Amino acid sequence: MSKSRLSAYFYRTWPLYFMVIPALVLLIIFNYGPMYGVIIAFQNYNPGLGFTGSPWVGLKNFNFLFHLPQFKLLIRNTLVIAVSKILSLQLCAIALALILNEVRSFLFKRVINTILYLPYFLSWVVLGGILLDMLSANGLIGQLLKQYNINSFIFLGDAKVFPVTVVVTHIWKDVGFAVIVYLAALTGIDPALQEAAAVDGANRWQRIWHITLPGILPTIILIACLNLGSVLDAGFDQLINLYNPSVYATGDILDTYVYRAGLISAKYSLAAAVGLFKSTIGLFLILTSYWLANKFAGFRVF
Amino acid sequence: MISEKKWTDRLFDLFTYVLLIFLALMCIAPFLHILAVSLSATAPSMGGFVKFWPIGFNLENYRKILGAPAFQSSFLISLERTLLGTSINMLVLILAAYPLSKTSQEFKGRNVFMWVFLFAMLFNGGLIPTFLVVRGLGLMDTIWALVLPGALQIFSLFLMMNFFRDVPKELEEAAVIDGANHWQILYNVYLPISLPALATLTLFAAVGHWNAWFDGAIYMTRAENYPLQTFLRTVVVQLDLSRLMVDPNALAQLSNRSLKAAQIFVTIFPILLVYPFLQRYFITGIKLGAIKG
Repeated sequence: MSKSRLSAYFYRTWPLYFMVIPALVLLIIFNYGPMYGVIIAFQNYNPGLGFTGSPWVGLKNFNFLFHLPQFKLLIRNTLVIAVSKILSLQLCAIALALILNEVRSFLFKRVINTILYLPYFLSWVVLGGILLDMLSANGLIGQLLKQYNINSFIFLGDAKVFPVTVVVTHIWKDVGFAVIVYLAALTGIDPALQEAAAVDGANRWQRIWHITLPGILPTIILIACLNLGSVLDAGFDQLINLYNPSVYATGDILDTYVYRAGLISAKYSLAAAVGLFKSTIGLFLILTSYWLANKFAGFRVF
Repeated sequence: MISEKKWTDRLFDLFTYVLLIFLALMCIAPFLHILAVSLSATAPSMGGFVKFWPIGFNLENYRKILGAPAFQSSFLISLERTLLGTSINMLVLILAAYPLSKTSQEFKGRNVFMWVFLFAMLFNGGLIPTFLVVRGLGLMDTIWALVLPGALQIFSLFLMMNFFRDVPKELEEAAVIDGANHWQILYNVYLPISLPALATLTLFAAVGHWNAWFDGAIYMTRAENYPLQTFLRTVVVQLDLSRLMVDPNALAQLSNRSLKAAQIFVTIFPILLVYPFLQRYFITGIKLGAIKG
């Protein structure tokens, strides 16, 4: 491009570059800034000396981390909680979508959906507060179980029961949201197929099994692939609001450990190392998930 | 033609309706219970007698909460961050989505920008470095710590960009022939046509700000700077008074069970207020995200 054409180009397009500046400034400070700051994982960070001045220690923090007795536990808890959440949430969402699809009344469907979406829009502080109250010794659940002479569980204080509580309450919060993708996919199925099957004598179950389910199979595959990217995200917001030291054996995850080590105990470098470990694996997982989603479902980010 | 319904079909329908009503009741029951507790007298609620109907109905708990200075100030902080934060989010989002929706011929360097944004969406420095950056900038205990670190939502940016790309090119070309520049095209052509997407993303940003509590917990060192959700957490989830510079007696008073329930409900209330709109734009929003691509 000649100089005059270049200046003509910028005369027309400078607003485009100008518009992207605010986002770019925020990106550099709050996204790439911390990415640079992650070098403290290889330092013995000292707040007085900052990112650049703190002494380098190589892989010492990682070495310490991998020999930490809790480390295996943290990984296991993270994976167990995240994978059980993904599987059970998606199964519930698919089942719910299939059931909702059988409802003819638009109004009824609408009312049910309105109720099911509600918890999605509330914070885990609110939901955690409600659950702590309901599941406490004197809470609603305990009272109801006592009425029917059933021994109550210690839902939030027993390490065996805790992961189940976490998964069930996660479904409570997110199923309304998760079901939407499947409902959208169901509207894409040609009603003529259903009618043809009915004429051929297929009953409800056969129609669901042979027409509806295959109809949303591409969506199921897509969501399954994309979810692979989040098998290390066990849900910090939920766990930090529900867990307590008596369930660390099953409820302590990488993210909550980072928070406690870094911001409560001020072991910045160790916590940053755990964070870097997680986000590096997370990056590979998400790239793999995008690749699979693209391969099997034609997914593209943009 | 589907002939007269068979009895198995009717049974199936009945089962479906009963199951769905049961699920919906299970989903809503905790909120009804908390509402009942918040409207009950202290003694029956502390004794665990309140189920889904208030015992000793009174509005005293709400009067106490709304009159408590700590609650009022955190409510105002949340309101401020939601209004300021949502405005900044949307301004940044719209301004960046417009150029990125152009082709790389129209906007040279677009692909470089896209990769820089995408990489930041997939990889992050993590909690601790982010915290140190915010602290290093001197944002601790200011409203900016609640507003700026999350002001750029890259996923929403891509959604908006995808939406802008669907704006018919003919409209834009007509505007160019009329002599419109990029600012005018964005304002007069793109924005009016994208109102549903804008409404969706604005609502999501606002709900996100209203519900955020963690940034308040780590960037605010003094309890009087806490936004509502962070304040609520100190009352209903962790009764860790040691870190708080708030009068322990006042807080203990606020943590009585009926009062807690009333606080939870006041915190939910703004969400319930916008809920009809949320629901309406909800599906648009999801489809924007999931079906695109």
